[in-house]
Amino acid sequence: MLSLPIEYYLVLSAVVFLIGMAGVLTRRNAIIIFMCIELMLNSVNLTLVAFSQYMGDMAGQILVLLVMTVAAAEAAVGLAIVLSLFRNKQTVYLDEINLLKW
Amino acid sequence: MALQTVLFSILAAMAVISALMVVTRKSPISATMFLVMHFMTLGGLYLTLHAQFMAVIQVLVYAGAIMVLVVFVIMLLNLGKEESLSDRVTSRESISVGLAMILGGVVIYAFTRGLHPASTVAKEIVNRNGTIEAVGKALFTTYVFPFEMVSMILLAAAVGAVVLTKRHLA
Repeated sequence: MLSLPIEYYLVLSAVVFLIGMAGVLTRRNAIIIFMCIELMLNSVNLTLVAFSQYMGDMAGQILVLLVMTVAAAEAAVGLAIVLSLFRNKQTVYLDEINLLKW
Repeated sequence: MALQTVLFSILAAMAVISALMVVTRKSPISATMFLVMHFMTLGGLYLTLHAQFMAVIQVLVYAGAIMVLVVFVIMLLNLGKEESLSDRVTSRESISVGLAMILGGVVIYAFTRGLHPASTVAKEIVNRNGTIEAVGKALFTTYVFPFEMVSMILLAAAVGAVVLTKRHLA
């Protein structure tokens, strides 16, 4: 049984990664930027799983598990930061948040 | 063979379209729903790679746990639509899309026609065994130390989330 060339998966994940990157750079809503970061993490996961399966090495899938755990931790902490920002500034739009601007 | 190609094309098209929707929707809740759809299609793509366990985890952890958290926060904050400031940020948007395009071109070139194109390294799927057994064996033998370390990350994140959302801290 022939399988697809690995480039299919790699190009797809590159396209999704740059969609996510464009989102991070253009959007202002902190939660949507957070979701775009998740998009980028997931496209890298796709690359890792593809290489893991095409080269017969489980290390890639273990790394994906670790990335997912870190993403879950990032979700918890990031959303907590967004919540406390909203409590203090009543906004989640990043260009209205300039506490560190000197 | 043909079935594999058809399946991949459908899933890839759905993944790209839902990713575009996540980036372009004004209302955060519909962006979230498109992100859930994107995670589902990624689970399907993992299945075409014979990585069953990864597909299950993708749906459970991402589409289940993480997105529920995001939806909760959106509900708590009661966010409306992002007002269109497109005329103010138009130069920023075009510059960033251009930068993303350049990066994407470089990455795709490196993957397909660079010095060592990926297809010369890996020709076809060698590992058809992405079951929980194979993953678990690797996880609890070779990679047991990173596995334990990840539990520390989760503990730190749980404590950090509680501390950050506490109203009166010291």
